[in-house]
Amino acid sequence: MAAIAADDTTTSSESVVRPRHTGKVRRGGASLSSYLQATPLAVILGLFLLLPILTIGMVSFWDYDSVRIYPDFVTFNYTETLGSWVTWKTYLNTIKFTVIVWLLTAVIGFWVAYFLAFHIRSATMQMVLFLICTVPFLTSNIIRMISWVPFLGRNGLINSSLIQLGIVPKALEFLLFSEFAVVLAMVHLYTLFMVTPIFNTLMRIDRSLIEAARDAGASGFQVLTNVIIPLAKPGIAIGSIFVITLVMGDFVTVRFMSGGQSASVGLMMSNQISLLQYPAAAANAVILLIVVLLIVAVILRVVDIRKEL
Amino acid sequence: MGKAAEIDIVSVSKVYGATTAVDTISLKIPAGTYCCLLGPSGCGKTSTLRMIAGHETISSGDIRLGNTVVTDFPPAKRGTAMMFQSYALFPHLDLIDNVGFSLKMKGIDKEQRRARALAMLKLMQMDGYATRRPAQLSGGQQQRVALARALITDPEALLLDEPLSALDPFLKIRMRAELKKLQINLGITFVHVTHSQEEAMALADLIVVMNDGKIEQAAHPRIVFERPATAFVARFMGDHNVISGRVTNSVNGLVSFEIPEGVSLSASGQAEIGSSVDIGIRTDRVRISDAPAPGFGFTGIVANIEYRGSSVKISVTGAGIDDFTVIVSDQAFFEKPVAVGDAIPLAWDINDAIILGRLDS
Repeated sequence: MAAIAADDTTTSSESVVRPRHTGKVRRGGASLSSYLQATPLAVILGLFLLLPILTIGMVSFWDYDSVRIYPDFVTFNYTETLGSWVTWKTYLNTIKFTVIVWLLTAVIGFWVAYFLAFHIRSATMQMVLFLICTVPFLTSNIIRMISWVPFLGRNGLINSSLIQLGIVPKALEFLLFSEFAVVLAMVHLYTLFMVTPIFNTLMRIDRSLIEAARDAGASGFQVLTNVIIPLAKPGIAIGSIFVITLVMGDFVTVRFMSGGQSASVGLMMSNQISLLQYPAAAANAVILLIVVLLIVAVILRVVDIRKEL
Repeated sequence: MGKAAEIDIVSVSKVYGATTAVDTISLKIPAGTYCCLLGPSGCGKTSTLRMIAGHETISSGDIRLGNTVVTDFPPAKRGTAMMFQSYALFPHLDLIDNVGFSLKMKGIDKEQRRARALAMLKLMQMDGYATRRPAQLSGGQQQRVALARALITDPEALLLDEPLSALDPFLKIRMRAELKKLQINLGITFVHVTHSQEEAMALADLIVVMNDGKIEQAAHPRIVFERPATAFVARFMGDHNVISGRVTNSVNGLVSFEIPEGVSLSASGQAEIGSSVDIGIRTDRVRISDAPAPGFGFTGIVANIEYRGSSVKISVTGAGIDDFTVIVSDQAFFEKPVAVGDAIPLAWDINDAIILGRLDS
């Protein structure tokens, strides 16, 4: 374009030179203003994410006794944690919860999102039903957990109904303060984190793709497995990252719903903190962080989620 | 490849709630025909195509393909294949898997379906891109892949929903020629939905002009252009002046009619005295001439002149006619130029004034 403009002096020389000039000025201004625009987020992330993690990393190498912690560089916080069979058992238990909850939320979440995206015709109804899904989030996690107690308890709604109907002779004990209760509460708390991203990807699937699959002779199930699920993978991956990180770090639900009978990594850390063993808890936190980041890295390797961001 | 099928549409309607998209149309598309469904948006052409394909239920009537009534068949059982407007290629699959998709659905093993898909891609000269994803292709290439995917099912009829609308004008003309060549080579029936009369004229053996859910005319392009059946067809195909008036006299196959607040004109044909009538006059058959036969010309004021290279388009108003277009060759125009505001006499031959029908009569 510049070569053509050079020959044609009267009109286009103006139109070529001017953009170049303003371009230079704007580039300088743009770089400063874009740094300014990035500053608030950088400050917040630095202060509230990076700094705490660095602190935890630092403290994990400190020494401690039953009353205070000493700045030092020791590695026994890690060797003790990794060398203890309790740690390994707790990690296994946490991973067990994670896998079960992940599978359940993925199946339920996909199901709900699929229903919302493909079976509800009007956009208004879709939004209404989606907002209804978020209603439980208007209350806190704790309250949502507590609300299970009168339902699942020994004399709760389920047990009294079952006994009155003559289905069971005496109250079922496993309903509350058990691993069953932990999984139930977690699925209840975290399914929406699966529904939202999957719903998002499903809504972006071009409906003519489904018609094209039908035209090629695909049955309803084949459309699901060959077109919809592959295209929903990024949403499933994002939802999985949410759910897995939440369950791996959870300690309130485990403590509350298991009645103290089950352990998780988060709970282990919380116990160490209450015993003022901050460096041990910090070492534990660093290990958990690494484990969770590895899981996320694996998910990102399997599924390309860039299209969704 | 596969044999072509005749498509027979028998009083088919499509009703969405209170609106009728397609209103009891009947149409026979002979086997091996390139048929274009032509009309403005919302005329029911796409609904008709989707009913033939089986992607839309038929509210009433029947569709027969070859010897089978396919009204209640699912799309894949009809022997048709559809090419979608935006091609609807699967973004998560490479070209081989896209083209081989229907074979996979049938449960054909991987080796065989990859071989057949590759052969089909080769036919479309796309085998060099076999492992790419659709997003890495240009519009024209995507269209070829979509064609390959549709044709691998060995259909008796290929249904194309505005296949050229996503392409730029240059590519449009090239892909148009490819489509026509492909149809001749395969010999199967093509049904092609378009809103471009130019596209329809260039491709079709049978043009079906639709408006408001009804078929206005179904005929060979030359007949549609030279003898448009209705005022709508004449206007939609372009290059026609449509004039409406009230019949004052009809003798010896010559109809005379009066334009409100204007001149009296004639056309050959028959009509009832007192009824209203539309006539069509080809814009390129009108002459600037001093000696019009009575009833076959009028004098108007030049409102606008457009130079179009090989021809000049003159818009004339007057004698109760709002916008009358005359196309004269550039040679004729520059021999005797006219200017905006001039009063010019116009004339045409008896054979060039056609009485246009009305659908409900």
